[in-house]
Formats: sequence, structure tokens, C-alpha cells
Amino acid sequence: MYNSPYLRQNTSVRRVMVTVLVAMLPAIAVQVWLFGIGLLLQIALASATALACEAAMLSMRRRPVARALGDGSALVTAWLIAVCLPPLLPWWMIVIGTSFAIIIGKHLYGGLGQNPFNPAMLAYCVLIISFPALMSQWPGLQGSDPATQLHWVLGGERALDAVTGATPLDALRTGLLGNADVSAVMQSAAFGHVAGAGWEWVALAWGAGGLLLLALRIITWHIPVAFLGAMALVSGVAWLIDPSHYASPAFHLLAGGTMLGAFFIATDPVSGATTPRGKLIFAAGIALIAWLIRAFGAYPDGIAFAVLLLNICVPLIDIKTQPPVFGHKVEPPDGGAR
Amino acid sequence: MLSKLFSFNGGVKPDPNKSLSTREPIARLALPPQLVIPLHQHIGGTPRPLVHVGDKVLRGQRIGAADGNVSSAVHAPTSGHVVAIEPRPMPHASGLSSPAVVIEPDGLDAAIEREPFDWHAAAPGEIRDFLRDAGVVGLGGAVFPSHLKLNPGKSGHTDTLVINGAECEPFITCDDMLMRAEPENILRGALIMQRMLAAKQVLVALEDNKPEAAAALKAAAQSLGHASLEVVVVPTRYPAGGAKQLIRVLTGIEVPHGSRSTDYGVQCFNVATALAVWRALEHGEPLTRRIVTVTGNVERPRNFDVAIGTPISHLFAAAGLKPDTDKLIMGGPMMGIPLPNIDAPVVKATNCLLASSPALFAPPEPELPCIRCGECARACPADLQPFELYWHSRARNFGRAQEYKLFDCIECGCCAYVCPSHIPLVDYYRYAKSEIWARERDKDAADSARERFEFRNWRADREKEEKAAKLAARNAAKPAVKPTDGSAPAADVAPSAGDDPMKALIEAAMARARAQKEAVAAKNTDALTPAQQAQIDAAEERRKRASELSGSNAPAE
Ligand code: SF4
Ligand code: SF4
Repeated sequence: MYNSPYLRQNTSVRRVMVTVLVAMLPAIAVQVWLFGIGLLLQIALASATALACEAAMLSMRRRPVARALGDGSALVTAWLIAVCLPPLLPWWMIVIGTSFAIIIGKHLYGGLGQNPFNPAMLAYCVLIISFPALMSQWPGLQGSDPATQLHWVLGGERALDAVTGATPLDALRTGLLGNADVSAVMQSAAFGHVAGAGWEWVALAWGAGGLLLLALRIITWHIPVAFLGAMALVSGVAWLIDPSHYASPAFHLLAGGTMLGAFFIATDPVSGATTPRGKLIFAAGIALIAWLIRAFGAYPDGIAFAVLLLNICVPLIDIKTQPPVFGHKVEPPDGGAR
Repeated sequence: MLSKLFSFNGGVKPDPNKSLSTREPIARLALPPQLVIPLHQHIGGTPRPLVHVGDKVLRGQRIGAADGNVSSAVHAPTSGHVVAIEPRPMPHASGLSSPAVVIEPDGLDAAIEREPFDWHAAAPGEIRDFLRDAGVVGLGGAVFPSHLKLNPGKSGHTDTLVINGAECEPFITCDDMLMRAEPENILRGALIMQRMLAAKQVLVALEDNKPEAAAALKAAAQSLGHASLEVVVVPTRYPAGGAKQLIRVLTGIEVPHGSRSTDYGVQCFNVATALAVWRALEHGEPLTRRIVTVTGNVERPRNFDVAIGTPISHLFAAAGLKPDTDKLIMGGPMMGIPLPNIDAPVVKATNCLLASSPALFAPPEPELPCIRCGECARACPADLQPFELYWHSRARNFGRAQEYKLFDCIECGCCAYVCPSHIPLVDYYRYAKSEIWARERDKDAADSARERFEFRNWRADREKEEKAAKLAARNAAKPAVKPTDGSAPAADVAPSAGDDPMKALIEAAMARARAQKEAVAAKNTDALTPAQQAQIDAAEERRKRASELSGSNAPAE
């Protein structure tokens, strides 16, 4: 016998996760169009690995396998890993990354809902620390034919120099290290209108998918707004002070993983802050640290590290930002029996 | 005019499903062969039965007298014979029985002669007593004795009297139909309440999904012509009809958990309660009938005017229960309680009887882990963080659950309604609350056992000391006759006792007894009787079990 409420909204974890997957499609399409089919291969590899690891872990933990596989959460993790990585990585890297995310990042912490760290970002950080060179091999815009891409992903002999071009963030970093100033770097071929040729489109596609999530109430406005607002603010202040060493806010908003991070990564509910004020602090913190890493750190983009750092702070942020409970917002009037 | 409405956070908008049961007018349901009238139908003391088996009773006759002031009377809804006074199953999720007066109607429906009561001239205190003896209690579901709330308190006046016709739960339409049928009398009852509370304004509030009732009330208000009385239509959003939420919407005031709204200058009654007040005072009719919505998986959903004590099966028979019904609910689909027994009677709290089928309310889907999506927090009208309550209740971490204000939860069900992981969140809160209560009861029991024990110890010691003191005094009295060197033996023990050695000895003995009592208090669990020890052991055992359980259930963090 079950109790009230007997009425339930038509909703499920699977529905939430599938909506997230759908919202990722525009950006995936743009990336495939710009960089070739490598990304699709990676998505397929990551998905298969994620589902296999999930099933193995669930059966080892003696949990119902079919139900949990159907919730779609492993697929979301897999897709996020795939879109973060350069699309022409050899297959074993994506398999390592995804297995790490699912086995260590998720199940060793207790499975769905229990992981303190964003599993996709954990995988990304492990890979970039272990294989920094491979992780910076983004294909150039001219692309290569699908057969060659397939060949490379499957581990074939790589002649990547022919096709890889630095990402805009990489180029900016290298240029600044070489004492060029921002506007000079921006003149180079890798740069399009604002944030690198083609990359603006990827960023806008992530933004479009994010707006879809907002419209469908899968996420709230707090994290994207605080993330993008804080990113614009810190990069804007630095840019106003010294435009020759700091890129413009427009660049930072559209470059690298900013949009992806703001709408799809920082909004991961499990590892993120949950209270409205907490979400603002959490997202602004990620943006600030990501910008610091971009401007001063050893890695071209810092969103993954920033997310993990703020994940650690989530329990504290949540406790410190508990919203007042109904009736406890103001002191009771005189004579109020408490 | 109320210029501005406020809003509460959260809430949900389930399909109201109200039109099912509003197509037909209220029908007066024929009497069943037997009425089972529970003595205890309200918050407060259980009424004492005033009749015996075999007695003849008349309609409106008091059969149970209020037990103290925090109680309310119960009455016979028709004339007949008392055939039994015994425990009967109640419409309660537990299926427990409670004492009831069973009446077999004689078909005459002869009324008792009413004592004249001129409420216009009566003092508020007299009206309150009259309402208590007329069995008027809150009919919105809380069944709190109304006379206790019809008191302006220390300040002597009230700002706002809220008459609650919001009826926000899906499926329930008894208040809607009552407002359509008797708008004037509801308002007349409200005006009496206004007088008793010295209220500056009366706001009769209902949701905007009841246009007919709103029109009827507005027309009635116009014809009564009271400037201080206003019909207010509020937006439909569950649980706008919760007293605290409605007060918030109308006045902007948030009454915290555990506080009385009177302290904030507001008092709130259900529309049916206002009508019951009017009927009691104007017509001398005690509360023996109420409107009940019978809906859901039935052939002919509608509202019935029912004698309290009518078996629930009688109502479902009248509405035509469909064969695929899998569950019966008293109340609505958000907060209703499952009925274990279809023969339990309609009580004053019964506003709706809802038949459920798998097609109507699908059995819950399997529970998945919480993904901390925060949907529940967005839906919570009490501004709680339901998932935090859930984590801590599940881990049996009840202290933390209380820190997250578990007891501010009104069990409205909004959180469980929206949860994508299909977690029966409210079940966890109910469980946590009952565990906390159980522990407090255990603790109270152990504490009072301890106190009784201490007191007995202290008394035994005192008697011993007194005997010793008497003996000592007798001994001391002898030397005291002879002149000594000036210092009585007791003097160094109790110098303050002055020149009376007897008194000094007694005081010294008392001081020792006090000291001993303190020593006992410090290690008060050392020597208990076996029964007390067993009680405490049981409490400890429960605690131990709890921590073991939480150890094995606790999510890995
Ligand atoms: S709605 Fe359910 S899954 Fe989401 S945070 Fe609340 S309890 Fe967890
Ligand atoms: S049941 Fe309690 S926690 Fe859930 S929404 Fe209602 S008040 Fe909030």
C-alpha cells in the first residue's frame, strides 16, 4: 500500500537525460560540419564504453541493471566527454576516459546521484594531465576525409601535423608566451570573427541548446547567467586595464568551453550546488577560476579544473546558502508564540 | 478593497479534475441501517458518552459531551436506538478502532426540542460554549474545535478573518458545491465569526477555477451589503488552500510553523465551518451532517449531503463503485489517506472519498536515486529543501532532518509530485517524524520513570534522615538540659540554626538528604527497578538498531 500523493507528474530521470541529449544535438552537428565525422565516432565509442561500464558496475554492485541503464545518465556523461575531447584522438583514449568517469567518477562514489565530482570533467582532467600532447590536437577547419579520420581514430599512423591547427585558446596562449600582443594573435589565420574561425558557431550552438534546456525547465537561469556574467566581468575588467595582454570578454564568452560549461557542465545537478544563491556562487566561482587558468595557468582552458575545484566546495556552499523557510524570513511580531 | 494579492513560492498545477463531480447538484443521501458515530472526531479530548446501550435518541441530541474545553461534542444525526457503544474501525490509514456510538435509525427522524439561544444578545464566551456543545469543528480537514479559534486573544481584535473556499486539491468539490448552494448562509456565518473576533475585514477566498461559486458568493455579498466583507478570487495553484499559503496570498503574512495565526492578527476558517456556525446559532442545529464528494473511479461521481456516521460503503454504493477499483482514499489525490476499511464511517473530517484505479492513479514507478535536480525545492510551498530532508531521513539522521526544518513540512506532496526519480518523498518525512515522536515518547517515558524513581529514593532517604534526626534530637535533648560549655554538638554542623538544637539537627539532616538526592540525580540510571530498566533498555535498543540500520543504509559519501 502506497501513500499520498497518488498523483504524479509525468516525468522521469530518463526524460530529463534524453532532453539533455537532444539539446546537445545542435552543437554536435556544428562540430561535425566544421571538423568532420571524428566526433560521431567518439560519441559512439564513448556511449558503448559508458553503457558497458555502467552495466558491469551495476551487476557487481548487485543493482538492477536494466532500469539504471535506461535512465540515460551514463549516455549524458559519455556524450559530454566526447564533445570535450579533440575528435581525432585514438580510440583507447576515449575508452580510458569514459571508463574512468563511469567506474571511478560515478560508481565508486555510490552511483547515480552520489558522485561529488562531475564525471565528464574528471575524465577530461585525467586525460589532459596524462596525455597533454594528444589532447591539444584539434583538427583544422579544412578537415580531412572521413576514411582518414576513421583510420586515425582507430589508431592508425598519424600524420596529424597536416591537419591539426591550434585551437584559438591555444594560439592565444602560445602567442602571448611569445610576447605577441592579443590583437596580433587575433590577426592570424586561426581566428575568425571573434573567437576563432568556426568556434563562434560551436559556441552559439551550445547556447541554443542551453536555451532549450532553460525553456524546458531542465535547468534554471542561475548557473548560466552567473557563469557567463562572471566570465564577462573578470575578462572585461582585465581587458579594459590591458587590452594588449588580455582578450576581450566577447572572445572569452565564445571561446573554448565557455558556453558548453555554462549550460551543460556546470548545470550537472548531482555535483553542483542546489540552492539558488549557491548556484550563483558556484557558477561564478567556476568562471573566475577558469578565466584565471586561461590567463595565467599552464593549460589553455581551465573550465574542467575549475568545475572540479568548485565541486569540492559544494557542501559548504549549500550549507551557507540555505534559503529561509516559510515563516522564518522575518522575526515574528510581538507575542508570536514560537 | 483588497488591492494586491501576494504569492507563495512553489506549488504545482495538477489537472483539477473537478468537473467530474460538479455536474450534479448535492444529493441528500438516505440514512443507512446503522450509523456509527465515533466519539473522537476532532483534535482534542475524547468526548464522554452521554447515552447507554438501549437508549432512545433524538435528532440533534448530544451523545458525547466535550471533554474539557479543548474538545467538542457529538450528536445523533437522526432519531433511533443506541445499539452499541464499542470500538469500531475508523477512517484512518492505521485502520485502528476507536469508541463509537452505534445508532439504529427508527425512521421517524424526530428532533430534540431545542433550547432557545439568543446569540445576538449572548456574550462571546457563551457563544463559544454553545458552539463547543454544538460540535462545530473545522470542516476543511483539520477538525480543530472552532470555538477555540473564535477568540481574538489578548489584543481583543483581529485584522483579517479569512474564510477559506480555495479547495485547491484536485477532485474535491464539496466546498465548491456548498458555496454555490448556500452562499448567503456561509457569509452570514462569516459575519458572526467577524463579530466574535472583532475582525476589521472578512476575506472570503476561492480559486479562480470556481467561477460559479465566485459569482454566487459575490451576489450574496452584494445583497448582504457589508463593506468590510469581500470575496477574493485567487489564482489556482495547489496548495493555495493551505491555511498558511492562503493567508500569505491574501495578506502577505507568513505564519511560521508552530505559531498561531491569531498572533499575526489573522484567523482562518473553512466555508463549511462558517455555515456550520450559522446553522448552529441561528437554527440550533448541531453539526451532524456534512457534504462529501464521492469521485474518481465511480459511475456517478457527485456530492452527497451525508449524516455523519454513515458507513463509507453506503456512499460508494450510491455513486456506483467501479469493479477495477484498487484503492480507496479519504481526501484528495495529493494529501488523502488510504482507507483500509470501507465500512468505516464518514466523520466530520471526511471531505472527499476517492476511488482509485490503476488507470486513474498509476501505481508509483520504481524509485531511482535522487539526482539533486532541485525540482522538489522549486515546488515546495514551505520553502524547504525536500531532497535534503530526504537524504537525512533516509540515513536516519533525524537530527539533521530537523535542522532542515522537517517539522515545517506540511506534507502537501508537491515535492513527490514533481520528482523525476519517483521518490515517495512524503513517506520518508512521515517516517522520520513518527520516529522522532517515538523517540521522544521513549525518552519521556524513561525520564518520568527516572523521576519517579528519584522521588521514591529521595522520600526513603528523607524518612531515614528524619528518623535519625529524631533519634539524635532525643539524644541531644538530654545534654541540652544541663548547662554545657556553650556549644551544642549540632552547632558546628549547622551554625545558622541558632540556639535550638532540635531545629539544627533537623536542618542538618535535611541538608544531608538534599546532598544525597543530588548524588542520586547525578547517576540516576544506576539503580532502577527491572521494569524501568526494561523501558530504558528498549529505548536504547531502538537507538542502537537505528544506528545500525543507518550504517547499512547510509549512502556512501
Ligand atoms: S526532485 Fe527528486 S531527484 Fe530531484 S532533487 Fe528532489 S528528490 Fe532529488
Ligand atoms: S511535502 Fe513537505 S517538503 Fe514536500 S513540498 Fe510539501 S511541504 Fe515541501
